[in-house]
Formats: sequence, structure tokens, C-alpha cells
Amino acid sequence: MIPASIATQRPRDARLLVIDERGAITHRTRADFQTLVRAGDVVVANDAATLPASLAGIHVPTGGTVEVRLAGRDSLLPRDVSRFTAVVFGSGDFRTPTEHRPSPPFLRAEDELRLGPLRAFVLDVLAHPRLIELRFENPVADIWEGLARHGRPIQYAYVPEPLAIWDTWTRIASLPVAFEAPSAGFILGWDLIDVLRKRGAAFATITHAAGISSTGDAELDRLLPLDEPYNIPASTAALLKACRDRDGRVIAIGTTVVRALEHAARANGTVRSGAGTATQRIGARTRLKCVDAILSGTHEQGTSHFDLLRAFQDDDVLSRMEREADAHGYRTHEFGDSVWLANSRSRRIEHEGDLRSCA
Amino acid sequence: MSSTDQKGLRVAITGGTSGLGLALVRELADRGARVAFIARHHADVERVSSERPAATGIVGDVSRKEDIHPIAIQVLGALGGLDVLINNASSLGPVPLVPLADTDCEDLERALATNLVGPFRLTKALLGSLAASAREGGCPLVVNVSSDAAVTPYPRWGAYGASKAALHHLSRIWSEELASEGIRIVSIDPGDMDTPLHALAVPDADRSTLKSPAIAAREIADVIAATGQGSARSASLEREVVQQ
Repeated sequence: MIPASIATQRPRDARLLVIDERGAITHRTRADFQTLVRAGDVVVANDAATLPASLAGIHVPTGGTVEVRLAGRDSLLPRDVSRFTAVVFGSGDFRTPTEHRPSPPFLRAEDELRLGPLRAFVLDVLAHPRLIELRFENPVADIWEGLARHGRPIQYAYVPEPLAIWDTWTRIASLPVAFEAPSAGFILGWDLIDVLRKRGAAFATITHAAGISSTGDAELDRLLPLDEPYNIPASTAALLKACRDRDGRVIAIGTTVVRALEHAARANGTVRSGAGTATQRIGARTRLKCVDAILSGTHEQGTSHFDLLRAFQDDDVLSRMEREADAHGYRTHEFGDSVWLANSRSRRIEHEGDLRSCA
Repeated sequence: MSSTDQKGLRVAITGGTSGLGLALVRELADRGARVAFIARHHADVERVSSERPAATGIVGDVSRKEDIHPIAIQVLGALGGLDVLINNASSLGPVPLVPLADTDCEDLERALATNLVGPFRLTKALLGSLAASAREGGCPLVVNVSSDAAVTPYPRWGAYGASKAALHHLSRIWSEELASEGIRIVSIDPGDMDTPLHALAVPDADRSTLKSPAIAAREIADVIAATGQGSARSASLEREVVQQ
């Protein structure tokens, strides 16, 4: 697929590849999304705003320049911003494809990093020499100011122009906790949300600290997704319960919503509200308990995002999806086209004629 | 309204280091709200921060596009969300006041940047948080500080009056549009107050005829309390459950 290289969240010509419960593929435009939503459904989006999580600076022991990409955190609590998991790159910036970036200096525990106004120490080197736990030494308010003023949105070489932070915020962006944009949500506008409600669907949100999607290092990429804290408001849990009770469908906008909802899901498909940390991997063998369909960006095989789609449809259907998307010139990555995948193993297929037995 | 009605309410106030903005920081903090305030000058922010250590001071200029998201990020980092945004920071335009025909275009643009485009941008950046407050049972509110100059054509108040008129109309349209999201937007004229901005505009005014900003702040806080009507409390209860 061709990478989408312009930071437009709602291009007028955006496409939507639709795969129904039985694996049939149709090509639509993204404006058709609303027609796929039915009365009684609940559409769930991730309302995390994107942090400027790329911090340029110096590895003090060697004087080498580094780019630190914040990638994980223990909770969403606003005061809990001293410790992060981070991926470290050597000199250069997003203009160099990640796989060609020079390695950072050799990193050890207790190394100091000067990241603009922020001062950090390496607490630990984790499962990879470039994956670290770091601690900012600044007071909490100064950490927020430092991130807000010095940080830049994480970006990849396929978008040549520097992203502004507002390029990465969805219309519904709320608490700034995502390390990369929850970009499936770029489809959302307040107008669309209004239309969904008028169609008789409910709109709900979760907040999920979407992690980084790629590091340019195969070994490091295999560790993705890292653990991601999330929060499910009680109001969202109540809407999901009501949706189950009336046998509506749960439509997730993006992989992060699937990860959070499935992590919090009970066997009967309802979810626990409150804070949690999604630690699970979702893949071909995952039986989804809550989500009936996903609206997602297009993802390429071998990424953790693609693996998640394997929980919705069999591999042969996904291979067909890729061939179709290639043949029809779909654009990939966060500013690209979209796919809709119905869950082929949904209770509504397996229990046809007895839909209420699982509710 | 008892003062506890605003306990835990998350409020952001622009132009929070002088005049009405400072009075609002004090009034709302006294009523138990969690307050973040924004102002352009570091020294002013430091001064108010030392007076009100519980409030969070943020340095930023709402007339600068590049400052909007850094301000929003710091507001949300300090408060964990937002229930009330008060767009109070205002620019008079050319000082001393001059007739429109003598107003430089750049001065008009500056008044529009601070009084119209800045509040529009900041409200947009924080709209997701305000909508989240509504979904969680809160009663989010945007207060745009207006003026009688927004409706009465006072000579020499052209840049200010035109920008406040536009803000007033923006508030009314937005209020209609956002009703379905449960977000209210109001435009409030606090009256002629004894503030540094008024002194700049009318240096020889009889200050004894001017309203104290503390009284105007109390009135605005009462409006906020009346809008909340207890629903803010249920939202903050949910937040407590979530954030503990």
C-alpha cells in the first residue's frame, strides 16, 4: 500500500474497505461509514489526545544527541508523569526512516539525559538496548510544561512535512495521554457524531494511552504493543451494557478501543468501568467478547495492529483484503484510508436464531 | 448557592493575573474549584502562583496559534480534565483608543487574535475534554467574557467592540450547535470594572463609579454554579472513583 504522506485527517476522497461478517468485501468511501451504523449500536472511540512524545536532547555521559520517544506509562493519572518507558534513537529526526536511524549511545542505568528543559535519568535498560525506563527529575508541573513546549509529535519519514501537534489531535481529543495519535478517530467530527446519534446509535468513549506503532527494529517491534493504561468511564460501561441488552453491536473506532474493551470485558460481553492496563496481545486465536466490528486504518502484515485484525476475520479474508487494498490504491498509515471489519466469529453468527442467549 | 457547589470543579481562566481574571482565580479557588490560570508574563504568573499555590499557573499567549495546544496540554495535565473554560484575556486594540479610521489594520488584527480567534482556538482544543465532562455526567460550560461594547457602538472602541461583538455572536451560535453535546457556551458582560484594562482605555475615569472585579467575579461564579446544579458533583464523584 502507498503511505499517506499528507497530514489531512479527513480527506474528502478517503476510502473505506468493508468486510462483512461473512468475509465479503466491498469498496466504499469513508463518508459511507455512517450508513454502516444501525439504530441500537454503540460506537466507541478513544478520546486520548496525543502527547508531544518525541524529545530531542543529549545523552550526558557521551554528549551524543538522541531522540527519546516516550512509549509507555503506568497509569493515566495526570500527576503520574515522572516515569515513562521510552524508545531511544540516535542522532537525526523523523526525516530518516526509523530503520536507517543511527543507534543511540550505549545506554546504562543512571545515565543522565538532557531533553530541552527536562532532565531525566535512565532507571533501567529493559528487554532491548534501546528500550529504557526513565525518570524525569523536574517537578510535575514542569514536566507537563516541558513536554508541552519542547516535545514534538512522534512522526515517521513517510510524512515529509513536520507535524504540528494539532495534526495529531482528533476532534474529540481530551486527556493528553496517547504516545501516537489514535488515528482511526480522525474520521470523527462533531457533525458525524450528531448524525450517528440521529441514526439511533449511541456514542461513547474510552481513554487509552495508544503506544508507538513502530521502532524500525524488528526485535524491538516484536515487543509491541507495550502495556497500555486505559480508563473506561462508568457512562461508557452503562451504554455498552444497554447495547448488549438490546442486542445492538459494539463498533470500535481503532485498535486501541478493542484492546481496552476486550481487556475489561467480562465473559458476557459487558465491561468493567474504571482504570486498567491492557497487557494482552490480540491475534488470530483471540475470541473477542465485546467488540462486534472495528473501523481501523489500513495496517500491514507483521505489525501488532494487523495481528489484532486477525481476531475479527480469518487470514485468508485478510489476505484478500490486502490484495484488494493494493489493487485499488488504498493509502496506509495514520492519514490513510480505512477498513471496516465485522467480527466473523461474533455471537450473532454463532448463535443465529438464539441471539439473546449471550446477552 | 453555597460555596461547596464548586468543590472539585475543574476550571481554566485565561488572563488570570490581573483584573477580572485574577478576581475569578481567587473567587473560584475560594469556592473549592481546581483552578488553572493562563497569562502571558512569567513574572505575573509567578506572583499569582505564590499567592494561590493550589492554583496552577501557565505561561502562554492565547493570541498565538503555537501557544494554544501547549496551554491545553498543561491545563489538562494540571486538572486531569475540564469542566469550565473562562475566556477572559482581552486586548483593547490600539491604546490610547482611537477612531476606527485611525486604527492600524495590525491593531485590529491583534484585537481579533486575542478576543476572537484565541478563544475560538482554545475552546476548540479543549472541546473534547468538555464533551468528556458532559458524557461523564458533568455540566460543562464555556464563559466568554464580553462587554457592552459588543452591542453598543461606542466611538473609539472599534477594534475592541467589533472583536467582542464577534465573540458574542460566536458564543450564541456555538451554544446552539453544542447543545446536543451537553456543552453550554455563554457570553457574559461583567459591566464597567475598575481594572487595568479599563484604566488603559479611560485613564481619567472616576474609579468610584466602577464595579469592583471581585463583585463581577462573584456574579460569574454564581452563573457557573447555577449551570452546574449538582451535576458537576456526580461527575467529580465518578472521577474520584476513577482517579484514586
